[in-house]
Amino acid sequence: MKNIPVILFILFLAAGCKNDQATDHGTTVAYHCPMQCEGEKTYAEKGSCPICKMDLVEVENTTETASEGKFTDMSIYNLPSTWTTQDGEDIQLKDLQGDVLVMVMIYTSCKAACPRLVADMRNIEERLPENSKGKVRMIFVSIDPETDTPERLKAFAIENKMDDGPWLFLRSTEENTREFAAILAVSYKEISPIDFSHSNIISVFNHKGELAFQQEGLGVNSDNTIKHINEALKAM
Amino acid sequence: MFAKAFSLTSVFLVFHALGFTQAEGMVNIKGSRYIPLYGRDSTVVEVKDFQIDKYPVTNIQFSEFLRQYPKWQKANVLKLYADDSYLRQFKNGTELINPQSGNSPVTHVSWFAAKAYCECQGKRLPTVDEWEYVAMADEVSPDARRKPSYNQEILAWYETPRTDEKSIGKSPKNYWGVYDLHGLVWEWTLDFNSVMISGESRKDVDKDSDLFCGSAAIGATDLMNYAAFMRYAFRGSVKARYSIKNLGFRCAKDIDVNP
Repeated sequence: MKNIPVILFILFLAAGCKNDQATDHGTTVAYHCPMQCEGEKTYAEKGSCPICKMDLVEVENTTETASEGKFTDMSIYNLPSTWTTQDGEDIQLKDLQGDVLVMVMIYTSCKAACPRLVADMRNIEERLPENSKGKVRMIFVSIDPETDTPERLKAFAIENKMDDGPWLFLRSTEENTREFAAILAVSYKEISPIDFSHSNIISVFNHKGELAFQQEGLGVNSDNTIKHINEALKAM
Repeated sequence: MFAKAFSLTSVFLVFHALGFTQAEGMVNIKGSRYIPLYGRDSTVVEVKDFQIDKYPVTNIQFSEFLRQYPKWQKANVLKLYADDSYLRQFKNGTELINPQSGNSPVTHVSWFAAKAYCECQGKRLPTVDEWEYVAMADEVSPDARRKPSYNQEILAWYETPRTDEKSIGKSPKNYWGVYDLHGLVWEWTLDFNSVMISGESRKDVDKDSDLFCGSAAIGATDLMNYAAFMRYAFRGSVKARYSIKNLGFRCAKDIDVNP
């Protein structure tokens, strides 16, 4: 009987490390003919090629590992964290790849700076060129995931007429939020259960998920931000 | 039946508590309420009971981590997680350039790497409030911040170069039984990026400056504690991928009350 807590404890320890996850998945083994008699065709099991009868060999990179490897070192698509949208859909940042991302961290109950940040984001969106439609995502990330449930984000999105088009609202765990803020160099601190102090930074990521530009402050001239978004669009 | 269930539960609880008490290399810290250097006026911070490593993590311990998790070796680490100074004291794999430095605190580690190390031990980084709470003790009292000797010793250390090359555990432990919170290296905290001292305090005397909202609510409550002021300023100036010669870490852990 005494052993049970020990086992539980050990299990707890073993489960504590989240770092090897990334290496575990995406390693489904596939086989193909070394002569590629049937082009890119792969087989799930070992055997011989139905055409030239040569032994099938393991494909070195399955699609999944290949896609994992193609993110550059500075890409936020490397982050393993899961985020929930205002529609309750769970996504990873890599699901956003291919678009230019404009991101800001806010919380919906904020009365001081956030309405101005929302206005700044709207202003940037209005100034985007016509041909950028469908290529730029405007994203709000909550720094108060406890209060900002998907339902709350949805209500906020509707209230601000930001529930469609390029607009996206994300929340995750407190820990993932802290880590993402660290990536963006955004500081924040809970100063009471309903009030946060936070830095006002709008970040632009290129289509590879690399940080391209940061606009700091409230109500600042967004010319530079627009310029960097346009450059990121051109580089696609 | 109930009695039996009860006794089993208590065996479980006692055993569990023991299990935590005996966590190797950690000590229990009795939580309390205190006023840290930074906080809203009259805002008392509550620190719950927790455990913290007696010593900073050493080079040799970090080398073992690198062996187990090669993705954190400097040849493999994502640039998103660590800058170019990362693990400068190591050769490419798990080997130290200077084998004598095994018992020195590991430095040149980014916040991401420190965080990953602790998670792989089933632990976490301490919060700023927890770290400062343990670090305000001297050898005899849990809060020595008003003692001139306490501040003088720390400031004397801040002036001493190359203390990161010393070995851990050579100076007296503090009230809690924790070593080397002051004297060797500064340490990462989980929420180092909650500190709001950069930006407006340097650029602008107006606390309503545009970079931060709510910044007026945050100000020094104890300017006497100049050493702590420097620590908060330092935390506010670093980014999570920075790997710095005098910045190491140790891990902490919650005390689980519901087994």
